[in-house]
Amino acid sequence: MWRQWIPFWQPGLSTHSGDVDLLFAGLLIVSALVIGLLFFLLTLFCTRYRAGNQTDRDHRVKKSWHWEVSWTAASFVCFLGLFIWGASVYFQIYRTPADEHDVFVVAKQWMWKTQHPGGQSEIDALHIPIKRPVRLVMASQDVIHSFFIPALRLKHDVVPGRYQDLEIEVDKPGHYHLFCAEYCGTDHSGMIGEVVAMEPSDFSNWLTQQAPSSPLASEGSQLFRELGCSGCHGNGSAVRAPPLEGVYGKPVPLSDGTTVIADDKYIRDSILMPRSQVVASYQPVMPSFEGKISEDQLLRLVAYIKSLAGHQS
Amino acid sequence: MPESSAVAPQYASIPHRDHTAELGMWVFIATEVLLFGGLILAYLVYRHAFPQGFAAGSRHTEIVIGTANTAVLLTSSFLVAWAVEIFSPATSKIVTWLLVGAACLGLVFIALKALEYSGEYDEHLVPGINFQFAGPKANGVQLFFIFYFIATAIHALHMLIGIGLLITLAIICRRASTKRHHTALHSAALYWHFVDVVWIFLFALIYLPGRSTS
Amino acid sequence: MSEKNYLTTDFTLRSWFLTTDHKRIAILYFASLIFFFFVGGAAATAIRIELATPQADLVSSDVYNRLFTMHGIIMVWFFLIPSIPNTLGNFIVPLMIGARDLAFPRLNLMSWYVFMLGGCVTLFAILAGGIDTGWTFYTPFSTLYSNSYVIVAAAGVFIAGFSSILTGLNFIVTIHRLRAPGLTWYRLPLFLWSLYATSVILVLATPVLAITLLLMATERFFGVGIFDPRIGGDPLLFQHLFWFYSHPAVYIMILPGMGVINELVSCFSRKEVFGYKFVAWCSLAIAAVGFLVWGHHMFVSGQSLVASLVFSFMSFIVAVPSAIKVFNWTATLHKGSIHFDAPMLYALAFIGLFTIGGLTGLFLACLAYDVHATDTYFVVAHFHYIMVGGMVTAYFGGLHYWWPKITGRLYSEYWARTAAVLIFFGFNLTFFPQIILGAEGMPRRYHVYPPEFQVWNVLSSGGAAILAVAYLMPLFYLGYSAFFGKRAPANPWDAPGLEWQTSSPPPEFNFETQPVVTREPYQYNERFEAEPQNA
Repeated sequence: MWRQWIPFWQPGLSTHSGDVDLLFAGLLIVSALVIGLLFFLLTLFCTRYRAGNQTDRDHRVKKSWHWEVSWTAASFVCFLGLFIWGASVYFQIYRTPADEHDVFVVAKQWMWKTQHPGGQSEIDALHIPIKRPVRLVMASQDVIHSFFIPALRLKHDVVPGRYQDLEIEVDKPGHYHLFCAEYCGTDHSGMIGEVVAMEPSDFSNWLTQQAPSSPLASEGSQLFRELGCSGCHGNGSAVRAPPLEGVYGKPVPLSDGTTVIADDKYIRDSILMPRSQVVASYQPVMPSFEGKISEDQLLRLVAYIKSLAGHQS
Repeated sequence: MPESSAVAPQYASIPHRDHTAELGMWVFIATEVLLFGGLILAYLVYRHAFPQGFAAGSRHTEIVIGTANTAVLLTSSFLVAWAVEIFSPATSKIVTWLLVGAACLGLVFIALKALEYSGEYDEHLVPGINFQFAGPKANGVQLFFIFYFIATAIHALHMLIGIGLLITLAIICRRASTKRHHTALHSAALYWHFVDVVWIFLFALIYLPGRSTS
Repeated sequence: MSEKNYLTTDFTLRSWFLTTDHKRIAILYFASLIFFFFVGGAAATAIRIELATPQADLVSSDVYNRLFTMHGIIMVWFFLIPSIPNTLGNFIVPLMIGARDLAFPRLNLMSWYVFMLGGCVTLFAILAGGIDTGWTFYTPFSTLYSNSYVIVAAAGVFIAGFSSILTGLNFIVTIHRLRAPGLTWYRLPLFLWSLYATSVILVLATPVLAITLLLMATERFFGVGIFDPRIGGDPLLFQHLFWFYSHPAVYIMILPGMGVINELVSCFSRKEVFGYKFVAWCSLAIAAVGFLVWGHHMFVSGQSLVASLVFSFMSFIVAVPSAIKVFNWTATLHKGSIHFDAPMLYALAFIGLFTIGGLTGLFLACLAYDVHATDTYFVVAHFHYIMVGGMVTAYFGGLHYWWPKITGRLYSEYWARTAAVLIFFGFNLTFFPQIILGAEGMPRRYHVYPPEFQVWNVLSSGGAAILAVAYLMPLFYLGYSAFFGKRAPANPWDAPGLEWQTSSPPPEFNFETQPVVTREPYQYNERFEAEPQNA
């Protein structure tokens, strides 16, 4: 907040990037002071005490401990300050995102595939509205990638086998680079795209102009039937399986006595490794869908189950 | 000192050389501790992630062979310790036999281990070759057996090196037992005891999980 | 020369390749490392030429990826880690402590053979088709997706690790047991303190790398999923294990360099090192705390925020002893009598470059900024400032300093100073633009890049050309001096260390009579005060 009072300071593209820029400036100033002091002393000593120069060399400092203690303490205090500053901004950047406009991001060698809740999908591009937090749910189909928007000073690895959440928010419309920052094979440097930030009205226009496609949740609903999930989880089925209506975001009691929150990760794990966390009072009879279902399909199923959150069973 | 000519130029005396060699063995053991430490750390991480899978995997191991092997190895360590304790030119014959005995027990260990491996092969428990395990905990069981095979194979490799050392020392003792071989024997014994201690850790980590509750 | 020295005792090939003399083994290592340095340097040159333009015009992406991987693997494991310990350390440690050899000479020879075996296996992997995983071997790319010689290269590194362990073991035991009478711990030159700390890391961290590479190779070879998320494995566990070795390995690379700088700064200021005990214990503090910071490579990997917090804090802590060292070197200059011989130019360059490297390290330790800077050229510039600006500069400084002792010849001071200055400017021109590139967000390991980054890349490539020439120069003037240089006296720098008390080059067993130490190290004072100050 107090950033706006610094003269000549350019606000960043977002609150976070502004915070990081300020931290960077702080680090630069500390570094410049240290380097300035050090180079001044080096130059001073090297000229004054060069061999052959007649100068006072008596009374050399013999006892060194108070010098040592003072510069140890000074470095420590300075580092501690930087640590606290950096850590507090970091926790802001990586705070658990609120449930906002969800965009799914699937990384694979060597492209970014993004999917809006309405079903609009993009390759190597991401359109977002400005001044509104957007929650990205990211998954990787193969190796580790890293989602990096330099203009926002924001980056998160996309590790296969799990979902990563990241919240982004842009304050100014524009086109920004999207890079893959974790080396991922042959065409790593080709795995770039752009983030297009638009005024909310332009964004909703853009959404409607996209090729008509069904929302993710309804595609997920279709998959739910095609893959046979509805045979057990549907109403009135012969096999007893936990109903999924209203489950998302709620605590689920497990057979081993513990409780988990039914978030994206839990739903994903339950599809891929159904017997690792079995709901209390149900039998572990569900087959694993490991290897039978792609990350894209998984995301649709998660979106579908999420869309059931409002329903009551 | 008639033997001082045998001391390499960097040493001042025989005790100096012996102390140096002993420190070398301790440093080597430190590095070995970290080798197994890294492996055991990875094991613990996955055991924490898959407690039931690891317990189920553990129940598929041959605890009888494992326990027998522990007894065999402890006995052989005892023989080696005995040999170090009584070592002198006069007792070279007994020392030789003690070392041969310890090496033979080491071979028994390897033989039992091979028997255990072949049993696991028949049960289709070897990941990467013929692993088949039906049931909900297959992932955990497979990870367990990956670590089982890597850890026991590395340990068996250390055993083979140790057996080689013991046999070499037995031959030396038989030919010419002099005091200067005491350090060599002492260092080999340290190594052998270390391999023994590693096994005790592996025994607890491999054979015991999941036994008490089932 | 009537007396025979270690170079002239015997001239047969056998006397070199089966030698147990630490000095000859140091020469064997030295020759091998020159070779690996220029192999790794050639790869770096090709990378910099390619990056002069944003497009791919020299090599394909696959070749580019193999080039930077080869550069990393060769430079880290076959040059930087063995550089100072195995050449200068091997040569100087017994001389400095007044011993006739290292504690285990045959182990020392064996470590060279093991090293060369590892080097040959790695070179085979490169020649057979290369490896494209980056030097970090991250899974699951290395285990499931890469179509290159990953297992062979990992085997090469694995084997070379044993050589590191043997060297570390030998140094630890030697420094404990073979010190001359009167040479107490606080009378040890600081080079030995830092080599001791280095050896502790070598012995304790390298086996973890061995087991990590073994697990990785097992996964790749047998197709089992140790780090494979599809059967419940965790790719991040590989990173934890890898950095548990590889971060301490950074200190393996820099600590010996810091050790050399103590000797140089003290000698050419004619003054004892300021705060000897602090500097000595700082080496051990760096070695110890260095084991607790590995997670700072993973701030954006999705590890828990609390873990990141702890690792960030420890990373700031480990910077404190490094800062103390820099302040102590500067204070050593105070009221000294400073001579600007070539080794001192290297030492001053080291202090400047290492400080910039250390300060950029603070940026990266700072959690929020690391989110932006990690995996960009900022990191590349940072570790090159430490590794090349720090370690390689210190290596060259130490090489010049002890060159008269090693070869018994004096090099051309003019050329040596010219090379030192060229290296300093070439280095900064190469790597300072990379700091800016990183701050602007150019990711590392990029073969093609958006055109707005070209200006800084062209500057960097231009600097690399200067640097390449500057690094080639010592090959010529030092090589020339080794055969045709002026004969060096036993103590050309008028230094008090034990290594200068024997002839140059030293005889086969270093000392004719066992030296006895009666003084603290770095006693330049009496000499300095006894000398009349002539302008």
